Amino acid sequence: MIQIKNLHKSYPMGKDSLHVLKGLNLHIKEGEFVSIMGSSGSGKSTLLNIVGLLDTHDEGVYILNGQEIKELDETKAANLRNKFLGFVFQSFNLISYKTAVENVALPLYYKGVGRKERLVTAMEYLDKVGLKDWANHLPNELSGGQKQRVAIARALVTEPKVVLADEPTGALDSVTSDSVMELLKEINREGMTVFVITHEEEIAEQSERIVRLKDGVIISDEKTKKAVTI
Amino acid sequence: MFDLDRWIEIFETIRKNKLRTVLSGFTIAFAILLFTLLFGVGNGLLHTFEREFARNSMLSIYIYGGKTTKPYKGLQSGRRIRLKNDDLSYLTKNYEDKMLGISPTMTRQLQGVYKGKQNSYSVRAVYPSYQVLQSAEIESGRYINTRDVHNRSKVICIGRLVEKDLFGERSGLGKDIFLGGISYKIIGTFSDIGGDREERVIYTPFTGFQKIYGNSDNVEGFGLTYNPKMSVDEAIAFGNTLERDLKEKHNVAPNDQRAIRVQNYAEGNRQVSSMMFGLNIGILIIGIGTLLAGVIGISNIMVYIVKERTVELGVRKALGATPKSIIGMIMLESIFITTISGYVGLLVGTTVLRMIGDGLEKYFIVNPSVENYVVVGATIVLILAGTIAGFIPAQRAARIKPIDALRGD
Repeated sequence: MIQIKNLHKSYPMGKDSLHVLKGLNLHIKEGEFVSIMGSSGSGKSTLLNIVGLLDTHDEGVYILNGQEIKELDETKAANLRNKFLGFVFQSFNLISYKTAVENVALPLYYKGVGRKERLVTAMEYLDKVGLKDWANHLPNELSGGQKQRVAIARALVTEPKVVLADEPTGALDSVTSDSVMELLKEINREGMTVFVITHEEEIAEQSERIVRLKDGVIISDEKTKKAVTI
Repeated sequence: MFDLDRWIEIFETIRKNKLRTVLSGFTIAFAILLFTLLFGVGNGLLHTFEREFARNSMLSIYIYGGKTTKPYKGLQSGRRIRLKNDDLSYLTKNYEDKMLGISPTMTRQLQGVYKGKQNSYSVRAVYPSYQVLQSAEIESGRYINTRDVHNRSKVICIGRLVEKDLFGERSGLGKDIFLGGISYKIIGTFSDIGGDREERVIYTPFTGFQKIYGNSDNVEGFGLTYNPKMSVDEAIAFGNTLERDLKEKHNVAPNDQRAIRVQNYAEGNRQVSSMMFGLNIGILIIGIGTLLAGVIGISNIMVYIVKERTVELGVRKALGATPKSIIGMIMLESIFITTISGYVGLLVGTTVLRMIGDGLEKYFIVNPSVENYVVVGATIVLILAGTIAGFIPAQRAARIKPIDALRGD
């Protein structure tokens, strides 16, 4: 599903440039639940940006769903994001003036789906995350866990190939974190590729595979115990 | 291309962000309102000015005969100079290209009578070309025409106040009234911004009137309009030439001031037009100032709005919004709001001006009003300013990496 070969990325910093990713090789198969771990500055956010088509890489090969990603303009990247990727953010990033169901329906708007169909589909996905009764509430009327569930429903609504979650539990307490992780595991069991970025060991351990990054290189890439027991 | 779904999305955004909508809408509406009011009041001032100073056509020259005060060529002083019909043909023949029109005049104070009502009016006998010399505007019917002059018709065109005196609120058009015992038919009525005195004047064809009251080919005076293509200096020179020629023709000493008097409005015209110019510049500065304030206001608000929405725009981008759709959304929203509120400001402004009407007359403001195209132009300027002011930050927002936008909080 995601294939990365010898990926390099550096950012210009004044006169010098900061070499953030130094030749990554990573292959994530369809249906995997992978977490990327690393302290801040390890390059994990940069990796997510590149995988999420929010940024471009300098060198190396990135293949998403069999399609090599290179020389994308903004419009093409936006269309690919809409089609293949679902995002879940640490700070939820729901649009504050839209209700839960409208937030979930938003990616479908950019996909060009008609209004009625959008709301029906959005409702299905809200039901799936257990928030059907909260459909017409604004984000500020929802708890943190509920917001993240809405965000997950929003990530899923376009039936993407990969769900990218950037510290999905970073702003949640441990109980809520667990329920959000349960939800992610559940959608993974249904066959979705899930790509989580975290710095919390407990969260990473709930996935099947942990990739550890340090200073722009992969230092380890192993299956978790959980994956072994399955 | 009209995309209903896009508009629904925009309407929802507008509806659910009331503070933002009201804020930018209010700025635009207020700027247009102020613009309309200030411009309107300025125009009101101009109208007063026009009424006070531009009574008669500003391109006119009047010529009257008087008495000589100096002996000349063996003729003694105190001789009465009478202008005659042949002076008219003389002037017409020699100066046709410099004049728009010329009319002989003769005025008598006569008693006007209609069904027992009567009053004294000044009756002025003229040619059709006299109309351009006056600020008279025909309200109903018509002015004296060439055929009336040719046929010596006993017809009259009466001032608004003459009609009011004799007919009250009813129309006098087509009725016959007596002037000095002779019956005349009313063929038209006029109003005159020159004031009450001018609106109590009655015009009649010169030929018939001269026959009755002049007994001969005597003419009291001439009124003529000079070619507007002439500069003020040329017009003054033209007046002097006329005076010199007529003096020579009537054997009057060139330096005799009383025998033939030429009143040239060109001199006053120069002062009046420079004052009008000054007033116009003043109004223009006021207008541009208000507009500029509005432009700066809406620009600030657009920058603020886009800044406030950075996170939202980042989310939309991550969810698949193209840069084009982001820019389009912000632009359409701003154009929609500025157009609607600009129109509201325009409507309120013109309504207020209409309500003021002539209520501020004692502050020298008459009929304050603004031409529609001026206000519409101002609104378009503000819409453009809002669009441009929105476009730059919108473009920046569309270019920003979503992750940066999302981490920025």
